[in-house]
Amino acid sequence: MSVPQLLVHETHDNVGVVVIEGLKAGTDMTCVVTADNSSFNLKVNEDVPIGHKVALTDLRAGDTAIKYGEDIGRIIADVAKGGHVHVHNLKTKRW
Amino acid sequence: MASKYSNLTFKGYRRDNGRVGVRNHVVILPVDDISNAACEAVANNIKGTLALPHAYGRLQFGADLDLHFRTMIGTGANPNVAAVIVIGIEPGWTKRIVDGIAETGKPVAGFSIEQNGDLKTIMDASRKAKEFVHYATELQREECSVSELWVSTKCGESDTTTGLGSCPTVGNMYDKLLPEGIYGCFGETSEITGAEHICKERAINAEVGERWYKMWKAYQEDVIEAHKDSDLSESQPTKGNIEGGLSTIEEKALGNLEKIGRTSRYIDILEPAEAPRSGKGLYFMDSSSAAAECVTLMAAGGYVIHTFPTGQGNVIGNPIVPVIKITANPRTVRTMGEHVDVDVSGILRREMTIDQAGDALIENILRTANGRHTAAEALGHREFVMTKLYRSA
Repeated sequence: MSVPQLLVHETHDNVGVVVIEGLKAGTDMTCVVTADNSSFNLKVNEDVPIGHKVALTDLRAGDTAIKYGEDIGRIIADVAKGGHVHVHNLKTKRW
Repeated sequence: MASKYSNLTFKGYRRDNGRVGVRNHVVILPVDDISNAACEAVANNIKGTLALPHAYGRLQFGADLDLHFRTMIGTGANPNVAAVIVIGIEPGWTKRIVDGIAETGKPVAGFSIEQNGDLKTIMDASRKAKEFVHYATELQREECSVSELWVSTKCGESDTTTGLGSCPTVGNMYDKLLPEGIYGCFGETSEITGAEHICKERAINAEVGERWYKMWKAYQEDVIEAHKDSDLSESQPTKGNIEGGLSTIEEKALGNLEKIGRTSRYIDILEPAEAPRSGKGLYFMDSSSAAAECVTLMAAGGYVIHTFPTGQGNVIGNPIVPVIKITANPRTVRTMGEHVDVDVSGILRREMTIDQAGDALIENILRTANGRHTAAEALGHREFVMTKLYRSA
């Protein structure tokens, strides 16, 4: 398999992590789920830096972001599938 | 049952109390902030000694004072230290630290400045420090089993690659070496927030899990809820974490907890800087998530090697404990590779498995234990930072 651009921890996560530098908008990414080594393809909508997250599905304000199969916080602004997920649209449910 | 890790050995310094060190420092330890100058002068006079200046030690009281003494005595007692000179402004608290360190059987001597002045203190302490250097430099390393290692962990400047690569690497190491009889330690109380339900379940039994949860909740209530004026974003997670792609404390905590692997369970909970007393196994130390504070506390607890996963590239070291840096972030390897001891970026490219990464870390731990300097040691990182619980009187 070619080197993936996106890694996802668990099969039902709704965000994945960019693992290469210089990812450009419109790239058809090879995505790998580390839990079972399954893979799929996803087009990224914008330039996203290494380490940052991409939505695997359309997410709406109020939705819960899932990573490691766990709740990592609340979506506070709609983000389309393939969009950048970070502090501008994802907030902690704690503190 | 014997595994392929059972027969691993390294050459270490066996101390009088039976513990094994991987370094052989002669430490010049100030009891208090105002004795730093004398300690640094002694370390300048006598080559092969190491002063540990710090900011505290005056007018502390209660649990904060207990922690001060525990950190001072634990640092001197650490098996990576061969002998200790203690210098304080007055003899009372100086003797308390000397007596605590002396329980290990190692050479230790105290000096106090009042009624002597800095100059006489420095002269007397320098003569004794010179004796200690002669003593320490004649000690020989001997072959020791991997089971005699005490290995702590704490991550820093984490990003999303930490949870994917470097933290699971440490977890894999613990899953392989804890069954061989090593002592392990993780902590970072605030940084379990969002993964506390998982951490509670990783205790050896329900009683220990309940005690862990009570400790974690007390920090939430007594410190965070009592003092916060925001959701802590940019402090926890840090600005560096956010730059690296971590968005929330929950996300950071879930990655952090990867450091205890798949099968390891913690057997007890330690106060900050407290030495384990429940036998071999993994411990949780109630500690800050700030790197230098946390590593200083674990070193004072008696751990002799620290494994430090980083994403964005925390450059921390410790004066007495080698800090091994592990990263999976290829940009960090490319831009600041001089700080990286174990490069596991192959995990992100799917060229390296977690199992292979764990073995690479174990190999580096043994080479470090044998005497190879870590990146942080070579670069002169000696961050010694005491934890303070509240304002002094």
